[in-house]
Amino acid sequence: MTTTSGGAGGATAPSDQELPTAVEDEVLEQERRRWTPAKIAIWAGIAVLGGLGWVMIALIRGETVNAIWFVFAAVATYLIAYRFYSTYIERKLLKPDDRRATPAEHSENGQDYLPTDRRVLYGHHFAAIAGAGPLVGPVLAAQMGYLPGTIWIIVGVVLAGAVQDYLVLFFSMRRGGRSLGQMARDELGTVGGAAAVIATLAIMIILIAVLALVVVQALGESPWGVFSVAMTIPIALFMGFYLRYLRPGKVGEVSAIGVALLLLAIIAGGWISESGLAETFTLSRTTLAWCIVIYGVVAAVLPVWMLLAPRDYLSTFMKIGTVVLLAVAVVVVRPEVATPAISEFAGRSDGPVVPGPLFPFLFVTIACGALSGFHALISSGTTPKLLEKERQARFIGYGGMLMESFVAIMALVAAISIDRGIYFAMNAPTALTGGTVETAAAFVNQLGLTGVNVAPDQIAGAATMVGEQSIVSRTGGAPTLALGLSQILSQFLGGAALASFWYHFAIMFEALFILTAVDAGTRVARFMLQDAVGTFVPRFRDTSWRTGAWIGTVVMVGGWGGILIMGVTDPLGGINTLFPLFGIANQLLAAIALAVCLAIVARRGTVQYLWIVLVPLVAVAVITVTASLYKIFSPVPGVGYWAQHFAYRDAIAAGRTSMGAARNPAQMEAVVRNTFIQGSLSIVFLVLTLIVIAAATVAALRSIRAGGLPGHEDEPVPSRRYAPSGLIPTPAEKELEKRWLASAGAPSRGGGH
Amino acid sequence: MPAAVVTGWRTVRWWFRGVLGADAYERYLAHHDRSGHDHPPMGEREFWRARIDHQERNPQGRCC
Repeated sequence: MTTTSGGAGGATAPSDQELPTAVEDEVLEQERRRWTPAKIAIWAGIAVLGGLGWVMIALIRGETVNAIWFVFAAVATYLIAYRFYSTYIERKLLKPDDRRATPAEHSENGQDYLPTDRRVLYGHHFAAIAGAGPLVGPVLAAQMGYLPGTIWIIVGVVLAGAVQDYLVLFFSMRRGGRSLGQMARDELGTVGGAAAVIATLAIMIILIAVLALVVVQALGESPWGVFSVAMTIPIALFMGFYLRYLRPGKVGEVSAIGVALLLLAIIAGGWISESGLAETFTLSRTTLAWCIVIYGVVAAVLPVWMLLAPRDYLSTFMKIGTVVLLAVAVVVVRPEVATPAISEFAGRSDGPVVPGPLFPFLFVTIACGALSGFHALISSGTTPKLLEKERQARFIGYGGMLMESFVAIMALVAAISIDRGIYFAMNAPTALTGGTVETAAAFVNQLGLTGVNVAPDQIAGAATMVGEQSIVSRTGGAPTLALGLSQILSQFLGGAALASFWYHFAIMFEALFILTAVDAGTRVARFMLQDAVGTFVPRFRDTSWRTGAWIGTVVMVGGWGGILIMGVTDPLGGINTLFPLFGIANQLLAAIALAVCLAIVARRGTVQYLWIVLVPLVAVAVITVTASLYKIFSPVPGVGYWAQHFAYRDAIAAGRTSMGAARNPAQMEAVVRNTFIQGSLSIVFLVLTLIVIAAATVAALRSIRAGGLPGHEDEPVPSRRYAPSGLIPTPAEKELEKRWLASAGAPSRGGGH
Repeated sequence: MPAAVVTGWRTVRWWFRGVLGADAYERYLAHHDRSGHDHPPMGEREFWRARIDHQERNPQGRCC
C-alpha cells in the first residue's frame, strides 16, 4: 500500500513558505458568524422556499402535486443542512486543520495520490459513488406512496448518509487513505476487524448479484435493450484499443466518440427490434443471466485497458450528463404527480412490489440516496488520496452525498409521474400478474386502489409507446424509471416520437452503470478476498499470481452468479424476494462503517459530540436488525424467508406438487432451496454485523473510560499548498488564494487549461 | 459577451476533463516538475501504460 513519495521531500518552494497554508480558524469563524442583510435575505428565501415545498408535498392534499415542489423541498433542505449541520460537524467533531498536508500532498506520486482541484474531485467522487442504486430503490418504494420515501431520502441523507460519507472520508484521509477494512482492524481488533472484512465481502456479493438481476429484468425479452447494451462491449473494446495504440491519452476525444457510438447503438436497437434480427436478440432471462456471469469472469480477468477503463470513461460521461439532463428536464417539464402521498400499502405488509411493513422495509428498500454503506468503500481508499486540503472533506464527502440524494429524488419523481395502474402492472411479479396484459389489468384492478382502473389496452399501449413487446412484470425498478423518464424527457425534447428512444436511453445508462459496478466490484472483491486469504496462505497476497487471481475471480463470480441465477429462476419472482436482502446488506455495511467511526470518535475523546455518530448508527442498526429479524422470524410466508421455506417443505412432505406461485415439483424444490439460501444469508449478515457493532461499542467504551486514547492517525506533516474549502470561497479564502496564485500559480490545475 | 462564452466553455471543458481523468498526463508532468526529479519524465504513451498497470494492481470500486 505504501507508495514512493515523490512530492514529500522535493516540493520545496522557498518563496511559498512565507504564505500561510490555511485561513486562521478565528477568521473563518468570524466570517461564519457575520450576518449581512444580503446573507440573511438569501437564507430566509431558501428557508421559505423549502418550507413551501414541504407544505405542498406533505400537507396539501389536492388532486395532483407538481414535481417542482419536490425539487424545492429537497434542494432547500440540502443547502440548509450543508450550511449549518455539516459545518457543525466540522467545527465540533472533526476539526480539520489546513496546516496539515493531506495524503495527496505528502505522498503525492503522480498516480493515485494526487492533489485534485476540489470541484473536479466533487465530480469524480460523485461519479464513483452514484450509480443505479439511487435510481432503483425509490422506484420500488413508491408503492407506499411518495411521502414516506421522500422524507427518508431527504432526512436520511442529512442525518445519516452524508454524515457517514463525510466521517469515513475524513478519518481515512487522516490515515493515509486506508480502506474501511484496514481501519476496522486498527480500531476493533482482530475479531471485529475480521468480522468486518467477511461481512464486507458477503455484502458485496449480494449487492453485485441484485444489481445484475436488475439488468436482467430490464433486458429480458427486449431485443432493443439487449442489442444496445451488448453493443457497449465492442464500443468499449474499440475505445480501449484506440487509447492503447492509436492515440494514447486522448481520453476526452475517445469518450466523445464512445458516447456518439452509444447513441447510435440505441437508435440501431430500434431498427433491430423491427427487423428479422429481433428473434436473435430476444433472450430469456435465464440466458441473459448466464451471459452476465460469463461476462463477469471475462471482464475480471481481461487487462484493465481493454474493457474496464474505457467503460469507466463512458459511464462517468453518462453519469454526469444524464444527471444534468434529468435535473433540467424535471425543472422544465414540472410533471404533475397523481400518486397519493401515502398509499394503501403503507399501512399493510402485503405490497406486491416489495413485501413487508413500512417500517423497516421502506428504509432498506431505499438504501442508496439516503444512506449507502457501499460509499464507505469509496470514501476510504479512493477519494481521500485525491483531497487537496483537509477542509475540503466536507464539500466532497457531505456535499457529494447530497447530490446522490438529489438523484434519488428525481428518480422518485419519475416513478410517481407514471400512471399508478401501469406502475403496479410493471412492478408486481409474474406470479401475481400472470404475465399478460389482460391478467395484469385484472390483478391491478382487484387491488382496490383508489382511482386506479387500468384497461388491458392501456398497458399494451404503454409498451408500444416505448417500443417494447410487453411491460408486464418488468420488475427491478429500471424499466419503470425508464418509462417515467421517457415521458418526462420526451416532453422536454423530441415529443412522442422520441419516447421509445428515451426509454432505451434510460435502460442503457442504468445497464451501463450497473455493468461498470459489476466489473469493478468483482475486481475489488477479488483483491479483498485475496488479501483476506493471504493472511493464512501468504501466496494469495500476490495479486499478479495468475492462479490466485483466477481462483479469486471464480469464487467471487460464483458467489454473485449463483444468487443471480437463483433470483432469475425464482418462481416467487426474484426482485421482491432479493431486493430487501440487497437493502439490508447495504445498510449493514453502513452500520459497520458507522461503528468504526464510533470507535474512532471515542478514541479522539470528543464524547459530548458522539451523538452525531450515534444518531445514524442507532437508526441504521435498529432498521437493519428489525428488517433482518422480520426476514428470519416473521411467520408470514411473503415476508419471512424461513416461514416460506417451511411452508413449502411441509407442502412437499404432504405430497403436494404445486402451491401458490410454484406450479410443479421442481419449482417447489426451487422455493425450498432459494429461501434456505436467502434465510441463511440473512442470519450470516446479522450475526457478523452484530459482532462488529459489539466490538465497536466495547472499543468505544474503553476509550471513553480512559478519557480518549492515542489514535491511529498519521503524524502531521506541514502543508505547503493552499486552496479554498468549499465550492464558493469566502472572502478571506479568496484573498489567500489570490496571494498563492500570484506567487505559485494554480497548484492542482496541472498543465493545459 | 463572446469572451465570457469562451471562458465558460473552457471552464466546463477543464472540469469535465478533470472528472474523466483526461488531464492525468498533464498533471503528472506538473507533479514531476514540482518535485524536482533529476530523471526525465515518462513520455505520454509510457505514462498511460504505467497508469493502466497501476490500475490493474489497485482496482477502484464503483458504487451502485
